[in-house]
Amino acid sequence: MHGAHATTEAVILHSQALWLIPFLPLVGFLIAACAVNAPRLVKVTSPLAVLAAFAVALSSVATLLGAPEGARVSQTAYTWMAAGSFHADVAFRLDALSAVMALFVTGVGLLIHVYSIGYMGHDESCARFFAYLNLFMFAMLLLVLGDNLLVLFVGWEGVGLCSYLLIGFWYENDDNAAAGKKAFIVNRIGDMAFVLGLFLLAWSLAPAAGGALDLDFAHIEAHAASLNPGTATVIALLLLVGATGKSAQIPLYVWLPDAMAGPTPVSALIHAATMVTAGIYMIARLNVVFALSPAAMQVVAVLGAMTALFAATIALVQTDIKKVLAYSTVSQLGFMVLALGVGAFATAVFHVMTHAFFKALLFLGAGSVIHGMSGEQDVRKMGGLRTKMPVTFWTFLIGTLAIAGAPGLAGFFSKDEILYHTWAAGHPWLWLVATITATLTAFYMFRLVFLTFFGELKADHDVAHHVHESPPVMTIPLVILAVLSIVGGWVGLPEHWLWGNRFGHFLAPVTGHPHLAEGGMLGEGALMLIATTLAIAGAGLAYVFYLRLPGLPMVLSWRLKGAYDLLLNKYWIDEFYDAVIVAPYVRLSTCLWKVADQELIDGFVNGLAGAVGANGDLWRHAQSGNVQHYALAFLGGAVAVLAYYVIG
Amino acid sequence: MSGFEPAGGTGNVLLSLVVWTPMIGAFLVLLLPREQVDGAKRAAFAFSLITFLLSLGLWAGFRPDTAEFQFLEQHPWIPDWGIQYLLGVDGVSLFLVLLTTFLTPLVILFSFGDVQKRVKEYFFFMLMLETGMIGAFVALDLFLFYVFWEIMLVPMYFIIGIWGGQRRVYASIKFLIYTLTASLLMLLAILYLVGAHVRAGAPTTFDVRLLYDVALSPREQGWLFAAFALAFAVKVPMFPLHTWLPDAHVEAPTGGSVILAGVMLKLGTYGFLRFAMPLFPAATAAATPFILALAVIGIVYGAMVAMVQPDLKKLVAYSSVSHLGFVMLGLFAVNPMGIQGAIYQMLNHGLSTGALFLLVGMIYERRHTRLIADFGGLWKPIPRYAAVFMLVTLSSIGLPGLNGFVGEFLILLGAFGQSRLATVVASSGLVLGAVYMLWMFQRVVFGPVRHEENTTLEDLRPREIAVLVPVVAMIVVMGVYPKPFLEVMEPSVKGIVARMEKGQARGVAVEAERAPAKQAGDV
Repeated sequence: MHGAHATTEAVILHSQALWLIPFLPLVGFLIAACAVNAPRLVKVTSPLAVLAAFAVALSSVATLLGAPEGARVSQTAYTWMAAGSFHADVAFRLDALSAVMALFVTGVGLLIHVYSIGYMGHDESCARFFAYLNLFMFAMLLLVLGDNLLVLFVGWEGVGLCSYLLIGFWYENDDNAAAGKKAFIVNRIGDMAFVLGLFLLAWSLAPAAGGALDLDFAHIEAHAASLNPGTATVIALLLLVGATGKSAQIPLYVWLPDAMAGPTPVSALIHAATMVTAGIYMIARLNVVFALSPAAMQVVAVLGAMTALFAATIALVQTDIKKVLAYSTVSQLGFMVLALGVGAFATAVFHVMTHAFFKALLFLGAGSVIHGMSGEQDVRKMGGLRTKMPVTFWTFLIGTLAIAGAPGLAGFFSKDEILYHTWAAGHPWLWLVATITATLTAFYMFRLVFLTFFGELKADHDVAHHVHESPPVMTIPLVILAVLSIVGGWVGLPEHWLWGNRFGHFLAPVTGHPHLAEGGMLGEGALMLIATTLAIAGAGLAYVFYLRLPGLPMVLSWRLKGAYDLLLNKYWIDEFYDAVIVAPYVRLSTCLWKVADQELIDGFVNGLAGAVGANGDLWRHAQSGNVQHYALAFLGGAVAVLAYYVIG
Repeated sequence: MSGFEPAGGTGNVLLSLVVWTPMIGAFLVLLLPREQVDGAKRAAFAFSLITFLLSLGLWAGFRPDTAEFQFLEQHPWIPDWGIQYLLGVDGVSLFLVLLTTFLTPLVILFSFGDVQKRVKEYFFFMLMLETGMIGAFVALDLFLFYVFWEIMLVPMYFIIGIWGGQRRVYASIKFLIYTLTASLLMLLAILYLVGAHVRAGAPTTFDVRLLYDVALSPREQGWLFAAFALAFAVKVPMFPLHTWLPDAHVEAPTGGSVILAGVMLKLGTYGFLRFAMPLFPAATAAATPFILALAVIGIVYGAMVAMVQPDLKKLVAYSSVSHLGFVMLGLFAVNPMGIQGAIYQMLNHGLSTGALFLLVGMIYERRHTRLIADFGGLWKPIPRYAAVFMLVTLSSIGLPGLNGFVGEFLILLGAFGQSRLATVVASSGLVLGAVYMLWMFQRVVFGPVRHEENTTLEDLRPREIAVLVPVVAMIVVMGVYPKPFLEVMEPSVKGIVARMEKGQARGVAVEAERAPAKQAGDV
């Protein structure tokens, strides 16, 4: 399934500028942190820092494009840790994979920074917001540019920290703070597995590498072949658990919907476009390890397909506009994981990119709606915004068409490529699950569009009176993202169309070429037709449900009350985790403290002390409280002892 | 400075100056008139600062390319018994000395406002404590080590007993009895060890460098290791010998807590690394599964019990049990990664837990409570305090980029080579640590301001900023650029690992030698 890597010596171009890409946003963070009381300054410096990083990224990618295929730009800043046989540098690499990531992270990041000037400009903690956002950019760029797993891990945990800080940005609300903490801790569970995966990987490669413990990507690629399949499976599964945390897959997805407590630009940048794709990036980066274990790949594929379907069903009935988009993100990440699992690593990254465009667009559009609706997020209180917020409407519609897979738009090409690879890799059942999910996606996204922008506005008078289109600083990023949501997929056309799959070829030196059992235009064309037809059916059904017969959903929710409640309450997974993990853990901890520590151990110690003698009284008398006495006695004793030894 | 010979540099007194300057300062403070409160404060701070500057000279002159002890000072003390005044530092003790001399001036500066009664006596004990701790880190004569080890207890006993809280008498006596009992056994073990050396035909000496080579039967090693290990395990403290710690911390004044957690606990782990492990390598190997088990239990248990503490200081105290469990895990990985990580983690814990106690002390000064429930929403009234608190919290949970991560990562990486099971269980500490720290942080700093009194709290004062900035700076520097520290430790750590491997091989040889004799005896 997985093709051989280019085994020829890779050309390495040494650069002195790569570090600037993550470092410039760090400077932005430091400025913002110091000028926390000068929001007007920060509103300029923070987006500028990202713009500068974007510019450096562009020029670095230009260098890369000018080099022979398979080349990479690299820079070693300094030795970070060296202990015994372990060695890790702070080093950066820009190859095809990190080039794609770095470009869309800085590019989309820049747009979202600009949008935030409008969205967050009036918040009293606006400077703190930009500080966190810049810090996030720093961490995310470390993650994608790091040349070894340790630098990647710094970014990995760093983006988690920023996510924690930004979810709890409005910290005075207990729920937000709790959601932030939940995100961090759930991610930490994934990170624990991830770290164990690193240890097993490093120690397992050591024999083939002369005992060296090293986590450089070049080192891993060079020695991965020495792993035995069993070890490779365990490593891959541990890393996968790490990815389920960061990329919100079953069973660790639970933090992402709650993360919507953060300001909406954060949801767009971190919880849709960039951070949550870190797990996908990591697996694509370590594709040599995963490819060694067909069993682990199978698990990856099944997990991705399950998550995609599972989250899509929840999205069908949510009423909070951001929650729908959150579950949609979980579902789309499931698609990407599915692509990884069937060995289509480049396709997964392709979907990462197109999803970044249209999901950032959708979230920012939702933010614009919320902004215009004075903070309202419940779609049942919206409606008819089409005319009042035209730019938001049209761009949101383009985003919806893109995610639903309308032919020609960005999501169409990346999603169909996933479906095709799934089918071609010999997973018809997973293909079916994914195709059904794609149908559901079209349904719930059009449901959102119809409820929000069509029909009658259901808000109360005050809100309705204030509804307005957002300022240009917010709508211009929407327009740019809408354009990208249309044309962003054209770099990865099916193999025999026009210029073909440029994107896949660009990534091939890193991700390899997937060899497909059955190729040709016909297979792919037929699958495309099926998916497109079903997507239209999904959208049509939403039209019937929410525009033609608006009473129907209500009736259905009564008829199918059990299923409806199950979905509305998100399968009670949070409650399940609370009852099975959280509550017993707290009870056990309390019990350990009260019983083991205080009763057993301390009881024993105090009993022993009592038995040795009721000398407490003695001590209390000795403790007269006069320090002069103590000091004198101590000094006298010390002098006497010393004198005895020195003279004697 | 041609005196900085790596080994046997005679005539160099820098190390003695570092050890005794605080003691000189202590008596000078004591001699000041009682009314001279400000003078006592300034003198104490000045002497601790001079000590710190002198100790920087140790680092500057330290040669990182050798495992030998440096700045060696060797003079007969009680010649009849072979007891010497023998001091020296290597890559292990150098940074622990620096940690001590770094934290003490900060604690003294903090205590300017914290200590109200018997001010000069407090500083007297604080400085004496510093001499005791530095001495214990650099003494290479076992008797001298024991003297410093015991000297250290006295001032800490008084600091808790006089300046402590409500139950200070109980706490200080518990502290003293726990540690004293355990260390008496160590004294017996030291004497036995010296005796064994003499029986082998060598002259009487307490010089640990010579005692490393004493040939002992596995049985003897076992008993002696147990006696040393008990003394050190109480100090660490290892589960289940830890219950003196929460009481001592809760009752101790802030300065006492910082020194206790920041430095004194490390004497336990240092003792394992300098004495118990290399003196008795075969016994160490035999005890490793047992110690690893206690270490990982400590990690998980400490984290769980910390989570449910209503009192901030107790929470930090139990977190120390968890963190020191990591240190023990790294030491008993018995490879350079684990041990260097463990030493690094000792420094990290000194910084981050020291800073946590300082922060708790600062808020206690303002509100006279340490209960988590009495706070909430502190970000609003005191954002600077909250920001520093956050950074220290992140350091404590091992966020990459800050110091804690480097230690934890190397420890776990090293431990993975020793015991995968122990590493897997220990790595849960990454999650559980985040749970108790972030939950605490959320309840103290986030949410609405729940108590009227907290709305008018004063943010960090200049003196408090002066105390915190050096610690925060080190937390960042040690996270971003650990290399200068790690590379200085490396030769000494490799020396210890090599000695232990050699010792274990010899232990096997001794056993093989005795086995025929034993069989003959059986016949």
